[in-house]
Amino acid sequence: MQEVSLRNVGHSIPKIDGLSIAMGKPAYTEDLAMPQALVLKILRSPHAFAKIISIDTSKAELVEGVECILTYKDVPKERFTLAGQSYPEPSPYDRLILENVVRYVGDEVAIIAAVDEKTALKAMKLINVEYEVLEPVLDFEKAIGHPSVVHFEEDLTCNFDIGLHKEQNIVSSHEQAVGDVEKVLKDCEFIVEDVYYPQAQAHAMMETYRSFTYQDHMGRLVVVSSTQVPFHIKRQLARALQIPAAKIRVIKPRIGGGFGGKQTGAGDVFAALVTLRTGKPAMIIYDRQETFSCTTSRHAMRIKVRLGADADGFIRAIDLEVLSDTGAYGEHASTVLSCVGEYTLPLYNKTKAVRIRGNAVYTNKMPAGAFRGYGATQGTFALESAVNKLAERLAIDPTEIRLKNISQKGETFLTGHGVQLGSTALDRCIKKGREMVGWKEKFPRQTMSGAKIRGVGMAITMQGSGIANIGTASAEIRLTDDGNFALLIGATDMGTGCDTILSQMAAEVLEVPLDKIYVSAGDTDTSPFDPGSYASSTTYLAGTAVIKAAEELKGKILAQGAKFLGVSKEDVIFEELSVRRIGGEGEISLAKIAEQTILGMGNLQLAAMATHGSQISPPPYVAGFAEVEVDVETGKVDLIDYVAVVDCGTMINPNLARIQAEGGIVQGIGMALFEEVRYSNLGKMETNTFMQYKIPCRQDVGNVRIAFEESYEPSGPFGAKSIGEVVANTPSPAIVNAVYNAVGVQVHHLPVTPEKVFLEMLKQQ
Amino acid sequence: MQIELIVNDKSVTWDIEKDEFLADTLRAHGFLSVKKACDTSCCGLCTVWMDGKPVLSCSILSMRAHGKKITTIEGVAQAAEEFAHILTAEGAEQCGFCSPGFIMNVLAMKNELDNPTEDEIIHYLTGNLCRCTGYMGQLRAVKTYLGVA
Repeated sequence: MQEVSLRNVGHSIPKIDGLSIAMGKPAYTEDLAMPQALVLKILRSPHAFAKIISIDTSKAELVEGVECILTYKDVPKERFTLAGQSYPEPSPYDRLILENVVRYVGDEVAIIAAVDEKTALKAMKLINVEYEVLEPVLDFEKAIGHPSVVHFEEDLTCNFDIGLHKEQNIVSSHEQAVGDVEKVLKDCEFIVEDVYYPQAQAHAMMETYRSFTYQDHMGRLVVVSSTQVPFHIKRQLARALQIPAAKIRVIKPRIGGGFGGKQTGAGDVFAALVTLRTGKPAMIIYDRQETFSCTTSRHAMRIKVRLGADADGFIRAIDLEVLSDTGAYGEHASTVLSCVGEYTLPLYNKTKAVRIRGNAVYTNKMPAGAFRGYGATQGTFALESAVNKLAERLAIDPTEIRLKNISQKGETFLTGHGVQLGSTALDRCIKKGREMVGWKEKFPRQTMSGAKIRGVGMAITMQGSGIANIGTASAEIRLTDDGNFALLIGATDMGTGCDTILSQMAAEVLEVPLDKIYVSAGDTDTSPFDPGSYASSTTYLAGTAVIKAAEELKGKILAQGAKFLGVSKEDVIFEELSVRRIGGEGEISLAKIAEQTILGMGNLQLAAMATHGSQISPPPYVAGFAEVEVDVETGKVDLIDYVAVVDCGTMINPNLARIQAEGGIVQGIGMALFEEVRYSNLGKMETNTFMQYKIPCRQDVGNVRIAFEESYEPSGPFGAKSIGEVVANTPSPAIVNAVYNAVGVQVHHLPVTPEKVFLEMLKQQ
Repeated sequence: MQIELIVNDKSVTWDIEKDEFLADTLRAHGFLSVKKACDTSCCGLCTVWMDGKPVLSCSILSMRAHGKKITTIEGVAQAAEEFAHILTAEGAEQCGFCSPGFIMNVLAMKNELDNPTEDEIIHYLTGNLCRCTGYMGQLRAVKTYLGVA
C-alpha cells in the first residue's frame, strides 16, 4: 500500500460539474441545439419482419414546412454497425441507414425532417408504405434453423470470423475450453445441472437518446450527441455516410445517463444524413417509447450450467452453454456472448476443467446491445445460482463454499493464460458482508408474524477493468499561459464523475489544488483518442494515462524551473506552486514559469501527452447479500436489506464510488424483481413506457448498504480498479437465492414476480 | 393564443399554441432546467411549482398557467443551491438530468411537511425517478438538509 498521504486521491470531492447540472444549467444536447434546427421524426415499421414493396412520400412532401423525407432509396449502400467498439469492430456490418427490409417492430422506414415536430408528424401520416409481411423469428430458442432467415442479404460482412452462420440465424458462435470438462465431471462426486433465463432489460436512462447536427464554417459535419463513445460515433458515421472521418467532429456534452445504452449509436446517423442533405442544422430526440422499443436492451439468454465438485467441496468443473438473443441486428453479439464466461469462470480456480460454448442468434425483435455488466450479469446469475444449489447439495454454507473455492491473490486461473491475480479482497468482502447482513442468525430463513417468511441469499461477482490488449486511453495536460492546467481527455463522463476523478489524479501527481485544473473532454477535434466510457475502462486506463502525462509534465516543469534558476533539475523540488532550489535561495512560481515559457521570448508551451493500454484487465469484486420477505399468501417479495461489499482497489473518490455502487445495485434489484422487456405474439414490444416497464422507485429498494474492502492493484492508478459495471451483477442471483431460502421456490426466469413465486408454491403443496 | 402569467416573480405575456404543454413553453422561453423524460407523467423530471405547489409541467396545458404563478429552479436559486450543495457533497446528483425536478420537489416538501419521518420523505418524493443513484444518497442528502435523523 502507498504510505504517502494523498491530498486529492482518496477524498470525497464533489463532482466538478455537479452543482451546475444539479441546478439545471444548460449543458445537455437539447440545451445546446440551435433553435432553428430541423426536427426529425422516424416512420417505423409496424411489422416484425417485412419487405417494403413500395413507398410513396409524394403527399407528405407537399406539407408546408417539410424539408425532406428520406427512404432506403436515399442512403449509401455500405453496411455498418451501430456498436461502439474499437476498430476492427467484432460486430457484423449488418445494417444500412434505411433498408427495403424491416427486421423488427420499430425498425426505421423513413426519416422526416421538418420545421417543427407537429409538421413532421403530420407528414409522417401521409407516407404510404406497402409491405410484404414475412414470418418473423420471435422465439430465440427456435431461431437456429428457423425457416425464416433474418439476414438473407449477400453484402453482410464481418471484420473477422465471429462464427457467423446467417442462413441459420447464428450471428456468432463461441467456444472456449480448458481441460476436459466431460471427463472431470464424470469424476466428480457432486454434479449440479440447471438452466437459467436472464431476461432482456432496458437501460432506462433518464435522458433519452438524442443528437444535434450542423455543418461548421468549413462544411464539416458537427455532431453533438448524447453518447458514451464520441470517437466510435465518428468512425461509424464515416462508414455509414461514406464520407471521410476527417470531415466529422463529434462532441459529447453532459449526458443524462448511459449504462451502456449509449455505447451503441442511435439517432446520430439520421440527423447527420439530413444535415448533409440539406446543409441545415438538425435535431433528433427519441421519445420514451422509441427509447424503449427502437434502440437496444440487455441480451436475453438461456444459460445451461453444469458444475462438478469433489467430496471435499472443491468445484472441479464448470460448463456453461449459452444461447443469446441479439435481436434484429448484431450489435455487441459476439463480445457479450464471450463475456458470459470471461467474467465468471475466473471466480473459482480450484477447477480442473472449464468450458463455455454457445451461440448468439438473430431474431425479429429490437436489437440487444451493451448494457452495464455486458454478459457478466447474465453469466453471474446462472453460475451463482448453480453454486448456491451446489452448496445446498453439499450441505456447506454458501459463504463457505465461496471462501473455499475463490481465486486468491497471486494465483492463476484456467482461462487466464498464466496471469497472476494482482489483487483481490473478495474473501474479506464475503466475510464482511455476511457479518453486516447477519447471515449466521438469518440463514436460511426466519418465520415472521402473519404470512411472512424472510430469507437471505448471496452471490459473488467480478468484472474486468478495461479490455486487455484492446482498450487504450490518452490524456494530454498543458500548462496554460495563466499558470493553470488544461486536462484534455477523450474519456466520456456520463454522470459517473470521471472528469472529476481524472482531475483528482492529475492534481495529485502535479501537486496542485484541484481548482487549478480545467477539464476539456469528449470532443473528437480537441480530445486525444479514447474509445469512450465502457468496459469499466475509464478509471483504470484513462486514469493511468493521466498519471503518465502528469508525471511527464511535472518533470518538464521542474526542468524548466531549474533552468530559470540556473541550477540542474536534481537541485529543485516543486512546493507550494513554485519550483524551489533544495536547501538554498531561489524559487520561481508556476505562474511565472508559465508566463516566461509561453509568452515573450520563451517560445515553449509545456505539455505532455500519454497513451495507456493494458495487457491485463484486473477484476474488481462484489459480494452481495439479500434479505427478502415473502408473503406466502400472495408470493409478493419485498426486499428488506441489500448489503454489497465491494473491492474496487483504491477508491479514488469514496463518495462517487459508493454512489456508483448503490446505483448499480438498485439497477440490479430492478432486474431481479421488476424489469422485463416483453413482446406480444406478433413481436410488438409491450413494455415501451414507464407505465408498463417498471424501474425501481424509492419505495421499492428497501435498505441498500454498501461497504468497501480495499485492495491495492499494482497495475492500476493509485492502486485502483474499476467499479462501474461489477456492481450490477449480484442482485439477481442473491435475491433469487434469498427467495429460495425463504419459501423453497427456485426462479429460473427473471424477474422474480409474485405470480411466479406463488404458482411455484402452489405446485409444491 | 396569449397567456399572462408570473414566472419566477416576473410578469410575462406569452404566445402559445392551444395544445402546448407547460414544460415545452418554459423550455422555449429559456428555462432549460425543465427536463422531460417519460411522456407518461411518471418520472418527475419536469417538476415546477404552480402557485407554490409542485406540478408536472409536461402534462399541464400551458393555457392552464394563465393567471398563475410558475416557479422553476431558476426562481428559487438560493434555496435550491443550499440543497444542491448537500446533494453534490453526497455525489447523489450523478448525471444531473433528474436533479432540478427532484430539487423542486424536495423544496416543496420542506415547505409542506414539518420534521417528516423517513417513510414520509420517501413517500413524498417517490414520483421522482432516478436511474443513476439508487436513491440512497439522495435520501442521505435530504435528511441532512432537513436536519432529521
